[in-house]
Amino acid sequence: MITLLAKYAAKLTATGLCAPGDVLLAALDDELGWSQVVESSDPRRGLMEEIFAGMSISALLLARPAGVYQAVMAELARQALADGSRSITPGDCETRTFLHDLPVVDSLHAVVIIQALRQRKGCVILHEGEAFVAAFGSVSPEQAYVTFSSMCFASFVAYFADHLRTLRAGAMTDQRRAAFARSTALLQDDRSDRPDLLPGPFEDEDAAREAMIQAGRSTVEYGLVDSYFGNISYRLGDTILISQTGSSLDELGACIDPCRMDGSSCAGLTASSEYSAHKAVYEAELAQNGARAILHGHPRFSVILSLDCPRLDCPKLGECHRACDTARAVVDATCGMAVPIVPGEVGTGPFGLCNTLPQALTGTSGEKRGAIVYGHGLFTLGAVDFRDAFASLMDVEHFCRAEYFRRVGELGPR
Amino acid sequence: MIGQDFFGWTGKVLRVDLGTGAQDVLRLPEAVYRDYLGGKGLGGYLLRDFATLSPDDPALPLILAVGPLNATIAPTSGRCHLTTRSPLTGAVADSSAGGRLGTELARAGWDAVVIVGRAERPTGLEIDNDTVRLVDASALQGCDTHEVFARLRLRRPKGSIAATGPAADTGCLFASLIVDTHHAAGRCGLGRVAGLKNLKYLAVHGTGRRKVADLPTLKVAREDILRLTAASPALMGQHGFSCFGTGSIFDLMDSRRMMPTDNFARTRFPGAENLNAHAYKQRYQPRRHGCQGCHVLCKKIAADGRSLPEFETMSHFTALIGNTDLELVMQAGDLCGRLGLDTISAGSTLACYREISGEELSGARVLELLTGMGTGTGPGAELANGSAKYAAAQGRPELSMSVKGLELPAYDPRGAYGMALAYATSTRGGCHLRAYPISHEILRKPVATDRFSFSGKARIVKIAEDANACVDSLIACKFLFFAASLEEYARAFSAVTGVAATAHDLLLVGERVDYQERLMNARNGFAARHDDLPPRFFAEEGTSGPNLPIPPVPREDFLACRAAYYRIRGLTPDGLPTRETAERLGLPWPASLGGA
Repeated sequence: MITLLAKYAAKLTATGLCAPGDVLLAALDDELGWSQVVESSDPRRGLMEEIFAGMSISALLLARPAGVYQAVMAELARQALADGSRSITPGDCETRTFLHDLPVVDSLHAVVIIQALRQRKGCVILHEGEAFVAAFGSVSPEQAYVTFSSMCFASFVAYFADHLRTLRAGAMTDQRRAAFARSTALLQDDRSDRPDLLPGPFEDEDAAREAMIQAGRSTVEYGLVDSYFGNISYRLGDTILISQTGSSLDELGACIDPCRMDGSSCAGLTASSEYSAHKAVYEAELAQNGARAILHGHPRFSVILSLDCPRLDCPKLGECHRACDTARAVVDATCGMAVPIVPGEVGTGPFGLCNTLPQALTGTSGEKRGAIVYGHGLFTLGAVDFRDAFASLMDVEHFCRAEYFRRVGELGPR
Repeated sequence: MIGQDFFGWTGKVLRVDLGTGAQDVLRLPEAVYRDYLGGKGLGGYLLRDFATLSPDDPALPLILAVGPLNATIAPTSGRCHLTTRSPLTGAVADSSAGGRLGTELARAGWDAVVIVGRAERPTGLEIDNDTVRLVDASALQGCDTHEVFARLRLRRPKGSIAATGPAADTGCLFASLIVDTHHAAGRCGLGRVAGLKNLKYLAVHGTGRRKVADLPTLKVAREDILRLTAASPALMGQHGFSCFGTGSIFDLMDSRRMMPTDNFARTRFPGAENLNAHAYKQRYQPRRHGCQGCHVLCKKIAADGRSLPEFETMSHFTALIGNTDLELVMQAGDLCGRLGLDTISAGSTLACYREISGEELSGARVLELLTGMGTGTGPGAELANGSAKYAAAQGRPELSMSVKGLELPAYDPRGAYGMALAYATSTRGGCHLRAYPISHEILRKPVATDRFSFSGKARIVKIAEDANACVDSLIACKFLFFAASLEEYARAFSAVTGVAATAHDLLLVGERVDYQERLMNARNGFAARHDDLPPRFFAEEGTSGPNLPIPPVPREDFLACRAAYYRIRGLTPDGLPTRETAERLGLPWPASLGGA
């Protein structure tokens, strides 16, 4: 268990979500273990021990987000406390599905934090102007890690999407504009280098798995997902190799399920929740362009841009994630790139993205074949390997980031 | 007492004495509902004062209870929980039954039905809202359950029916209650307790509605739960329960090398790939069917009207007994349903018999032995007391693959160490559902854990037992918790009842419900020596494969984990309850346990 604690604490610092030393993870079986040596005089220790005593949990995380995540989370928390909602409600898909909303408290006291954690998997704590996050797990420290990093992602998306929405509504204030300037100054530049991914086509399972493992790891290293989520697949004859549900894209290893397209085995019971969408894409592609690779990430500005819509009086406002029937796309006229944006929820329900994504994705052509699911993420296609799929993921995200700031500039000082 | 302005509960418990015909309406203090919710919790509360009575004592109650979510739009809230003392194990016996029973009982306006006494002749209990009748069911004596349903449906086309088969009448200790033809309160011999009371069937029809405090908020909670369900590959994915039924787990158990084979002597069954859920779907062209209030519809009914086997039945009637004939599984499952036999105990007892006798079982022989179990005559009658008593009588007690006398389901514990601990600590004996570690050890929900490690499993199992005890008290289906959690269901509970509660408040209720069962078991002599697995699992390897060794469960690690579990649960090193923990949970300390 101690190994797991150290592993997830290290992951948070490696991905830049926390500065080293600003994350503390603990796990309780019948004794408490810590992600690092923590002195009894460290106030975090007493606080976390109190929270453990007040809840029936296995793992607990207390962390101070770093950089732009600190800036946006603190700003959203200030707003939530100021308007009395005491809650951040991002519009992204991951939050809507798994976290619902992010409670905000204004004190680093155990009683207050326990009250929030009894409601939700994690909470934001605004303490002396700084944002902290507490999150727990009932099974593993991994849950607390996932919740924390998802909260960082959700806050990022919520903040930047809300800024654009506020500009469109003509309700921008000087205070918000100044905060936005401070936050954007903390954004790191996108990576422009490309990973050296294996060339396809892959004709045996071992080679395909190796390529998937490599592409998955690169997707995380290049910051194109939140946490380590997303999914990846490759069609090998009549079998789809696909990442397992809840697997780490940077640690796929054995977490790839072979699923026969004829459905003659249920061994893919642990396959990604988007397996149905992947399968539908491959089935359509077999009769069209024959793409054999699918890569799905959650690049931040692609998600943010999918949430931006000028139709502020749309009667379906609030139902965009599942009922939007407006043809929308991210278009780069300079290179002819057109990436459709479609509604759809996770999985296979009546509003599931399996009903919208396959048609959108297989309807694309050209070098950069991809589609964005509203508030969720970007799916890209590779003809025979993950090189073009990965390049599309990067290029679309870079374009979306530039396009976001172009729109902010265009909407101007409102 | 609960008044007219209450939501979620009606405050009415029906008590029927089959011996005297007396009917009473019990009004329980409001605090009982808040402390125990309903279902399993309420059933335990109503049982605990009688928990040491022998199963053949007419005063032992058989309790059917619903929870505050029953008959509302909360997903999967149509189930009913049955509780008594097991004639098979002597421990607490309970089972969650699907179908329409829970919904009908809630709509009829009852929170629970407590059945005591022994009727002079086979009797039916018919409940239509407030009207309760005892009906002479002598004409149904000896009928199999399908015949019972067919006859009763002529007269009662609406509502729900729970019926026993010949097994309950003739003394089978693992007799079940069959609900609405295709569902069962399967385990622990609940049907035998009904048989001892001469209760042949229970028919319920209700036309009322449960009052909901805050319908808009309940709708939001429902949407949250449905959204999570849709995101669950295990429930709604192309390989999941909705498409293939619970049998969709079969292929995973094969690939993970934890399919109990030859009475758990091995963990992989050659030919399993031809016996999977897809094979049934191709051959029997099933339609979807589900419990009332469920959108997953995991039950599958073949075109000829027979139920497709659940995962446990698929596995135990093939790998465990060396059978490769799909149709025999269908026939065996159907026969168990007609006779009213728990398929897990029946299959495992057959496997125990096969290993001890050395007899290879033909299809005809399997059906002959099952018939003997369910009718008490001819070959197989000696197996009607379950594998533990049979193996002991043969001088080979170690070959009963059971815990506390309840036969193990189809997950080999050598392939999932959390499952190994949970089998041992389960209050009803060999049961996978109390903590359901398969969720994280195999299905990766909420996240994956290392299935070959005991690290952290003591607390994980304890928390999961509490959570599932709460789920069975609310009531909801445990399968939904592959996707949702008490976080979402707490909101549904508060919306229905108007009682503010968080997930952790509900966990505390679950802890109380679980501990209440441990107090009852302790009074019946259960202790650490019963919280153990058959020795085979600690001594023999499973069927290892390339890069996938299946070693014996490390005994010392298991014992250390169990000791940690006891500390976390607030039990003594011998697995017994303590007065201190009982007081913390607001549970009365039984005088018979002395001053511990």
